[in-house]
Amino acid sequence: MSSPFSPKVVTANDLNCGDVVYLSAGGHWVRRHKDAELLFDAEHATKRLSFAQAQHAQVVGAYLADAVKDTNGPSPVHFREVFRARGPSNHFHGKQSEQKNVSV
Amino acid sequence: MYQYNNFDTGFVRARNAQFRDQVARRIDGSLTEDEFKPLRLMNGLYLQLHAYMLRVAIPYGTLNSAKMRQLAMISDRWDKGYGHFTTRQNIQFNWPRLVDVPDMLDALAEVGMHAIQTSGNTIRNVSSDHFAGAAADEFEDPRPIAELLRQWSTDHPEFQFLGRKFKIAVGASTNDRAVLKAHDLAVRVVQNDAGDAGYEIIIGGGLGRAPMIGQVIADFLPRADLLAYVEAVLSVYNLLGRRDNKYKARIKITLHENGMDRFRALVEERFALIKPEFGGRDQELLARFREDFAAPEFIQAPLGGFETAYGSDPVFASWVDTNLAPHKNPSYAIATISLKAHGQTPGDASSDQMRLMADVAREFSHDELRISHEQNVILPHVHKSHLPAVHARLKQVGLATANIGLISDIIACPGMDYCALATARSIPVAQQIATRFDTLKLEHDIGHLKVKISGCINACGHHHVGHIGILGLDRAGVENYQITLGGDGTETTTIGTRTGPGFSYDAILPAIERLVLGYLDLRQDAHETFIETYRRLGAAPFKAALYPVGRERNAA
Repeated sequence: MSSPFSPKVVTANDLNCGDVVYLSAGGHWVRRHKDAELLFDAEHATKRLSFAQAQHAQVVGAYLADAVKDTNGPSPVHFREVFRARGPSNHFHGKQSEQKNVSV
Repeated sequence: MYQYNNFDTGFVRARNAQFRDQVARRIDGSLTEDEFKPLRLMNGLYLQLHAYMLRVAIPYGTLNSAKMRQLAMISDRWDKGYGHFTTRQNIQFNWPRLVDVPDMLDALAEVGMHAIQTSGNTIRNVSSDHFAGAAADEFEDPRPIAELLRQWSTDHPEFQFLGRKFKIAVGASTNDRAVLKAHDLAVRVVQNDAGDAGYEIIIGGGLGRAPMIGQVIADFLPRADLLAYVEAVLSVYNLLGRRDNKYKARIKITLHENGMDRFRALVEERFALIKPEFGGRDQELLARFREDFAAPEFIQAPLGGFETAYGSDPVFASWVDTNLAPHKNPSYAIATISLKAHGQTPGDASSDQMRLMADVAREFSHDELRISHEQNVILPHVHKSHLPAVHARLKQVGLATANIGLISDIIACPGMDYCALATARSIPVAQQIATRFDTLKLEHDIGHLKVKISGCINACGHHHVGHIGILGLDRAGVENYQITLGGDGTETTTIGTRTGPGFSYDAILPAIERLVLGYLDLRQDAHETFIETYRRLGAAPFKAALYPVGRERNAA
């Protein structure tokens, strides 16, 4: 028996500026992790990933990343995804500097 | 310094125009990422965690003030007002937009710089001794040879699709300041018993997941044979090297699997075949490069001002004692500008700092700057009478930290704060170590100690050759840091030995503190350095300090 599917989001980098982006339920690329669509089902996740990968003129390197349901929306699980959702720790650059109340 | 001729300028401009067109076609959707990626990598453009990154080559680490000022301008106009100097004498811009990169490359071309072959499976930026042309202990300036190798390797049609990247370094001193034996190929200028100069060729060195120390393939190559011999090595590697597994594709593995005797025989066979094709043109070029790198006209001036300042200003005296190296002209000094202010990111310089370094170089260092693999900037030719003024100017922008060769002069790769390959962060670990030992006011007492931190097994932070090496890994979804001891990146290159279980992000600083305080208890006297104590006593007492009984739970 296969292990249960752990929830995921579709994430990628924006083609023009390289910023981390997430796929929303409405099929748009959004900048905040909490606005991503949380995918609970393996088949649906595969479909959403295929949809994302077809958008090669907008994004680069789409993949599925583990996430969990949180009060304001999905939160990342792995520390790499936490850093992607926030920005570097040595300079106040990236998402943390561009968004108020960055909620990962 | 070598200046681009019309051919060089035309070549770089044509290449930039080609890449501008490729970027436009990527943006309008004509090219997919799979099609575009090899093209952008050929031009030094990566996509990292948060943004694109443009890696610009600083050949053999040499810059003049115009180039440094242009790097500052580029960082202000198209990036976030700073640049990151790397362990291979490159500068990286961490935040460019794709659409701006062609303009950045054109701005680089204006000052004779580019990003070609700073990525991909090609011959990378040729690196060298950062004291080249100035050091009291050098046999000759190695940069003319480095320039010859740079021109030969740039766009060399046979070597654009190697099995893996190929790094070359050049040195000309018995003291190795360029980590020669950790390169795919290194050239060292040597002298034989008859007093003739020639080249020692070392191949198969490398760090990464299978660290290996380079081996001598030719102990004394005649001057005229250099380029043909290096080309023969590359040709043999290109055909013999594995392409089935990227982790076994570097020349160190080719050499390991085939043995030096077989590899050398193949090189000599190839060399005999291609040597006649060179026809002496390379030697004509080399003679011209020697003129390009002629020593500046050193000034003569009294040293009284220097001696007075040294005697009266303890902050200046501390900087002199720590950051200067002997120059071949006794009235001059080589001054290292630390990019390791306590708590700052190793290797980062703001645009204001870059402009100030450019100004100081123009006024006080015969318009020359060097970037070291240890992520610092060097003023290679400062008359000692100018040192107080240089120090005062550096102090204005936070560049006068007196810590060269000390525990806070840490090499750290960008790690998971930027790099897509990283498995853990490096920069904050370096920041914490530097800040902690500054607070303890112990670093001058601790003395010479090389700490090097990598955020993944690829070892861009040279952790294998750190006296203390730190390797950040992902262990079951948590950052974990392994410690190695006894590494050495000089002429006595040694790969460090792992101490035991790694430490969590929160436990790595206390672990380093235990280790270093342990060393202070173990050393014979204040003159015995960390590495000397380690070599005398072995790992056991250091491990005892690192893993005290009853504290095992700190390690994982």
